[in-house]
Amino acid sequence: MNIAVEMDDISQSELVNISEAGPAPKRIVAGFGFWIFLLSDIVMFSALFATYAVLVKATAGGPTSAQLFDLRNVAIETAILLLSSYSCGLMSLAVDSRHHLGTAIAAAVTFLLGAAFLMLELREFQGMIALGAAPQRSAFLSAFFTLVGCHGLHVAIGLGWLVLMMVQLSIRGYQPVVVRRLHCFSLFWHALDIIWVLIFTIVYLMGVLP
Amino acid sequence: MNLLGKLTLDAVPLHEPIIMGTVGCVGAVILAVLAWVTVKGYVPYLWREWITSVDHKRIGVMYLLLALIMLVRGFADGIMMRTQQAVAVGGAQGYLPPEHFDQIFSAHGVIMIFFVAMPLVIGLMNFAVPLQLGVRDVAFPTMNSISFWLTASGVLLTNVSLAVGEFAKTGWFAYPPLSELQFSPGVGVDYYLWSLQISGIGTLLSGVNFVTTILKVRAPGMGYMRMPVFCWTALASNLLMVAAFPVLTALFAMLLLDRYLGFHFFTVDAGGNAMMYVNLFWIWGHPEVYILVLPAFGVFSEVAATFSGKSLFGYRSMVLATMAICVLSYTVWLHHFFTMGASASVNAFFGITSMIIGVPTGVKVFNWLFTMYGGRVRFTVPVLWLIGFMVSFVFGGLTGVLLALPPVDWQVHNTVFLVAHFHHVIIPGVLFGCMAGYNYWFPKAFGFKLDERWGKAAFWCWFIGFHLAFMPLYVTGLMGMPRRMQHTDVAAWQPLLWVAAAGAVVILAGIVCQIVQIVVSIRNREQLRDTTGDPWGGRTLEWATASPPPAWNFAVQPRVNEIDAFWTRKQRVLARQELPARQHKYEPIEVPKNTPTGVVTAFFAVIAGFALIWHIWWMAGAGVLGVAATLLAFMFRVHDEVEISAEQVGTFDRAHPIEVTP
Repeated sequence: MNIAVEMDDISQSELVNISEAGPAPKRIVAGFGFWIFLLSDIVMFSALFATYAVLVKATAGGPTSAQLFDLRNVAIETAILLLSSYSCGLMSLAVDSRHHLGTAIAAAVTFLLGAAFLMLELREFQGMIALGAAPQRSAFLSAFFTLVGCHGLHVAIGLGWLVLMMVQLSIRGYQPVVVRRLHCFSLFWHALDIIWVLIFTIVYLMGVLP
Repeated sequence: MNLLGKLTLDAVPLHEPIIMGTVGCVGAVILAVLAWVTVKGYVPYLWREWITSVDHKRIGVMYLLLALIMLVRGFADGIMMRTQQAVAVGGAQGYLPPEHFDQIFSAHGVIMIFFVAMPLVIGLMNFAVPLQLGVRDVAFPTMNSISFWLTASGVLLTNVSLAVGEFAKTGWFAYPPLSELQFSPGVGVDYYLWSLQISGIGTLLSGVNFVTTILKVRAPGMGYMRMPVFCWTALASNLLMVAAFPVLTALFAMLLLDRYLGFHFFTVDAGGNAMMYVNLFWIWGHPEVYILVLPAFGVFSEVAATFSGKSLFGYRSMVLATMAICVLSYTVWLHHFFTMGASASVNAFFGITSMIIGVPTGVKVFNWLFTMYGGRVRFTVPVLWLIGFMVSFVFGGLTGVLLALPPVDWQVHNTVFLVAHFHHVIIPGVLFGCMAGYNYWFPKAFGFKLDERWGKAAFWCWFIGFHLAFMPLYVTGLMGMPRRMQHTDVAAWQPLLWVAAAGAVVILAGIVCQIVQIVVSIRNREQLRDTTGDPWGGRTLEWATASPPPAWNFAVQPRVNEIDAFWTRKQRVLARQELPARQHKYEPIEVPKNTPTGVVTAFFAVIAGFALIWHIWWMAGAGVLGVAATLLAFMFRVHDEVEISAEQVGTFDRAHPIEVTP
């Protein structure tokens, strides 16, 4: 007896809730998968945060966080990154309405703000190294450079990704696969903001507390 | 500037006859296989149908093949340790010098955990989960291929260390400060770190892939509480992968920064904190135990239900126990190092949580027993592995409860008692489970069953050999024998160590039986052929399609409205005693297109990893660029899918009807 025929017999109306609706469309699957990836990325950062928290007092007689951090610079960095998240949000809206010019402008603004953030961060690192506060100086500085640098690396990768997406958009237009990837990019970019807010609080603000 | 970094001809251990002999033999075998494949003209077929395949079933089979080959390598390390310890007592030094013995126990652990157990469970999940969910593939088929090939890259790099340079001498967890540059200046630890870093990315991507697949890609009607238990355990295992492996990645990145750029995370000077490594390692390491064992529990659940002819006892409690273990596995990591010097209350907390996690495991054992109770049990090979597991694992678990008591742990810490304990849970738990799964799903994958007689012989050799090999270690452990001894002066341990070595030989017989089992089964495949697609009287959807299933898995998307969907449907058809009249209207199916992205990415990853190990910076740059270029090419690919015509689907489906026999 051929049983595969039987399998086909249940009507769609018997499916009562969303968990029984069958395979989700590609757009949902891609976005969901990327969320899971971002969660794993956040877990990685949590390991770096925990390490930083353990090592923050291990300065080995070298410079301490209070001596090194310049809150004015960090405030500017934070403002720039949050603004770039806003422009990234505008880009998503422009993509949804298939607005070419809007997408291009919002992407360009996001890129420039991201690049400015990265430049400020590199300048901060350079200044610290010039003062003798290099990552090789103490466990605290190793943890600091790794945590903040890892975020910076993510921003740099994000910038590269954004450029690639703009190239792809100009070649292929708003194909579903391109729109899905732009969606993933914006998730990525906002996640970096969340990480930064934690870095701003746990590393910089708590670092200058007396 | 030196073009080859630290790499010179001295890196090849020409003066070590054991290593060079092994390398020579392995090299000869690899060359012979390559030559045979080329002469027979199989290369295009392998490239087209396997190496570039993104089909979850083929990737699963390749994972299992990789794992079984590595099992032989890991076992060779194991039997060398057992024989060395048996002979090197008192005046005798044995045949392995200390620096070689140290590499062997490190490689044994790394290979068995990362390159045997992990590929075994990931391979089984790859093969079975999409079929059980009643869907055509995983959520991200190309990423699946990349995951597999990155795992293979890690395997390759670890094994290259045998011929070029050395492997870590630090134990399989590479604790600093021993693993820091100051105390391990060679490339051994770098081999360890880069192989695991590369394969770890593959594992993480697997985790992302399967969590998404199980949560978002299921057949219509398959709500969460209708999923087969193997899918539930796979979900728990992959959630743990997503949440645990990033910690390992971050941890290894930190140790790499210490070793390559002079950072001070875990060094003895400048404020470094080695115990932090130990903590972070086990925050990954304890969930890892459950990443491995939960899918094995899932296999046992399927096997118990199928071969008892009953539905699983306590499905809901099984699901609950699985998810409870998933969460609790994050609360016990400190029991790996009670001797760290944490306060008594910290140790007490982790001791108690370690005992609590035994409770859901106990629930599972009772569920399996009650499933079999009153059932019409067929004593097939998978059931033997199941029974062997239940008999043995419970005792392994009990010694674990013993070790969860901090005062007891202090006494036997770092002795072979511990070695006996974790082998006692991992071998019956993970390995027996995967062997059961391998025998259970083999007919689905290849269309013919494995030979029963050799399978049973393999089981008995493994079962007896395992107990012979590890029970004596509990005793020597209690007598105070530390683990990882290349040589001892205590003659009283020697008889027991000889028993353990004899056990290893019996296990070897088991492995030989398994190899014979495959050969015999392939030779007798016509007698063992499964034409029904349902050789065991299965309950879940993987048995509702042909063996082996076509690339599209199901000609018509199955719909589900109860648990054990296939079983209940069979009962209904049998009760009505009639063929459903309606004929199918087949529709064309889109399947993901094969791509060399995975294998090419892995190729460049190996280049980059090897170059980083030996400080060949230009080559490392080239490798990384190669990876980036490959992924870029994939990103700009235009055609993702190929269409299978309705006619082709129909022809295949009509040729492979799923028969129902009472």
